[in-house]
Amino acid sequence: MEQFGPVDRVGIEERVAKFASRSIKRSSKLWGLTTAVTMVDLTTLEGKDTPGKVAALCRKARRPSDDVTIPPVAAVCIYPALIKEARKQLADTPIKVASVATAFPSGQSSLKVRLQEVKYAVNAGADEIDMVINRGLFLAGEYQAVQDEIAAVVEACGDAALKVILEVAELETYDNIRAASFLAMQVLRPGDFIKTSTGKVGGAATLANTQVMIEAIRDFYLETGLAIGMKPAGGIKTAKQALHYLVAVKESLGDAWLNNSRYRFGASSLLNDLLRQIHKERSGAYQAPYYFSEAAESY
Amino acid sequence: MATTIDPSTHVGDGNGKQDGKHDDDTKKKSSRKHAVPELLFGDLWEFDPAPETASPNIKPRYDLFIGGQFVAPQSGQYFDSINPATEEVVSQIALASPGDVDAAYYAAQMAYETVWRDMPGRERGKYVYRIARLLQDRAREFAVAETIDGGKPIKESRDFDVPMAAAHFFYHAGWADKLAYIAPGRRVEPIGVVGQVIPWNFPLLMLAWKIAPAIAAGNCVVLKPAETTSVTAMKFAELLQDAGLPDGVVNIVTGAGETGAAVVNHPAAKKIAFTGSTEVGKIIMRSLAERGTRMTMELGGKAANVVFEDAPIDQAVEGVINGIFFNQGHVCCAGSRLLVQESIADMFVRKLRQRMAVLRVGDPLDKNTDVGAINSREQLDRICDLVESGISEGAEMFQPSCALPPRGYFYRPTIFTGVTQSHRIAREEIFGPVLSILTFRTMDEAVERANNTMYGLSAGVWTDKGSRILRMATDLKAGVVWANTFNKFDPTSPFGGYKESGFGREGGRQGLLDYVELA
Repeated sequence: MEQFGPVDRVGIEERVAKFASRSIKRSSKLWGLTTAVTMVDLTTLEGKDTPGKVAALCRKARRPSDDVTIPPVAAVCIYPALIKEARKQLADTPIKVASVATAFPSGQSSLKVRLQEVKYAVNAGADEIDMVINRGLFLAGEYQAVQDEIAAVVEACGDAALKVILEVAELETYDNIRAASFLAMQVLRPGDFIKTSTGKVGGAATLANTQVMIEAIRDFYLETGLAIGMKPAGGIKTAKQALHYLVAVKESLGDAWLNNSRYRFGASSLLNDLLRQIHKERSGAYQAPYYFSEAAESY
Repeated sequence: MATTIDPSTHVGDGNGKQDGKHDDDTKKKSSRKHAVPELLFGDLWEFDPAPETASPNIKPRYDLFIGGQFVAPQSGQYFDSINPATEEVVSQIALASPGDVDAAYYAAQMAYETVWRDMPGRERGKYVYRIARLLQDRAREFAVAETIDGGKPIKESRDFDVPMAAAHFFYHAGWADKLAYIAPGRRVEPIGVVGQVIPWNFPLLMLAWKIAPAIAAGNCVVLKPAETTSVTAMKFAELLQDAGLPDGVVNIVTGAGETGAAVVNHPAAKKIAFTGSTEVGKIIMRSLAERGTRMTMELGGKAANVVFEDAPIDQAVEGVINGIFFNQGHVCCAGSRLLVQESIADMFVRKLRQRMAVLRVGDPLDKNTDVGAINSREQLDRICDLVESGISEGAEMFQPSCALPPRGYFYRPTIFTGVTQSHRIAREEIFGPVLSILTFRTMDEAVERANNTMYGLSAGVWTDKGSRILRMATDLKAGVVWANTFNKFDPTSPFGGYKESGFGREGGRQGLLDYVELA
């Protein structure tokens, strides 16, 4: 643990407050908002998800707005049982199908079962797998075992990209988040991601815990040359928040991370606020509230 | 700047794994052979200008504030106050002669004897509270004026200078009716008329540090702001009129060194409070020694930021950056010497350079500006001279490649490596955005180097180990030692120096004691 170094809570929270005080105006705002759209992993992870809802979500992902200049999102993120429907809807598009796996969200199953689920998802057509780390093992101090499990999942992914969810709220300290980031990155491939949260427990992505992770990504990159991606997820609901996250990327990781092969937002309602703000920025006025809903799959 | 996304940059580019090429990547990883990886801080996402647009309400000309009125200087002379970011004239400031200073002291003495000394503390407190609230109400206006007149970034005047100035008035207002409690068993009385001379680096905040405790304790004031930054002091005088502060309790006389000398040497001054350079401080001390006038001195500094190998590195980098580039380094407690443990020195310097690559230098009124303009041509020349000495004495300089505005007094954030104790840049206060980096091997060596200076205003310690913090705080001879942070201020916390950084404290109970007589 110690080899990854400590993080000072007060210091990191002051640092991210500076990102949030950046003033992004006019064309730079529009660029940020549009880029954020391309980084969205449009997500539905509910027990009541149906093929119908996923189909609607996929159509929204392909064409987020009736304004054709708005680009498609990066991916849709769903449960394994719905991969086939998503695959069907997203055939011949660049949009990725991402599936959670490994007994999401708790991860509390045997490794064998979790790896089976990963293989099932990959075989069903998932381009990307969102796994959860074993927080129980981590908090018990079994760091090597945590890393071995992640390595096993990497193996099971084959050609699919992997996103490793640390579930930062359950790791609790910034020191733990930094250490877990390194444990994961040491067995990942370039183009894989580390991700903050499942969105299923209280306390999801914040600017501060995301900053701890992108600083770990930066340090790992400078040390090894391997570029790992970042996906904050959960709790990012407004366009303004998304811009703050992107400012942090710009000023910590640099331009090479300002694209959806290295940065994603795991979100559902964020997309509609991005669309709302893009419209406002272009027209100078807000539309009526009923033009954009809060639901991920509708407008 | 593109406002739409090129579809060719969609998922899959940049790493190629999703295109089935990830074998290459795995090979790459196993061999671990790469060109040295660099971060790219380019122009992919440039920020549009975001200027603060609130009106500063600056008058084209300011008279002296004496006896509650604005009065023309006896000499009839005015001098220009320059916006250091544009080199344009902001306003014309009255030049006070010794006769004007005499009038100011007379007004202060009258106010002291007839109104302020005998006013019950709870009544005095009401005025001080009113000043604090008015300052808060007009915070944006004062912030913009401060930035235009002095060159500091608007985000600092907005988020630090003005709120902190108001906080000092609030804090001391609370003391006005509780003075009996700062020294139990003693009778607490005001001193009388106090002469105060303040610097140009935090014009409004230094004014607040001086005036708030003085008037809360029942003293009256003659204050001289710095020559280059008088505007917010004169706006503050207008605010005092709005607050209905009795005439003469606070008098503000503007001018340069001669005016300052008249303020300091006036026989009616019962105490002199000075913040500025050690050089001028010593001149004042010599002249006051003859008369036995009480004094407090807050002078220069050459603070060491000591970073141990177990420190939270990124936060230490941030603290060092903040410590030296905050307010363009025009900070007496700036962390202008970095002492970094040899085992992490290379890595730490690399991180400092990366962090400097994203510092935004430019228009101080832009809300995204991190480093603004150097306060004056004179100060810019001094910085250039000291940087020249660093180069000629053999230290290695690094500056980021950021563009500077075509006009105005700007200087790139600068760090020097390979600095030794004998370099001028390690000994003299530069008062600019220039950091000297030295290394150490052991804690004893760090303490020895940190203390090897005539100054002793502040210091910083960065380590994850609590016991080391406690020992360093004891061993470092500095008035303030920050641990795992830097440049933290609070009205409740006393601030002041050891050694030739001065004596007396400002803020807290200790600061107030410097404005009272204990009978």
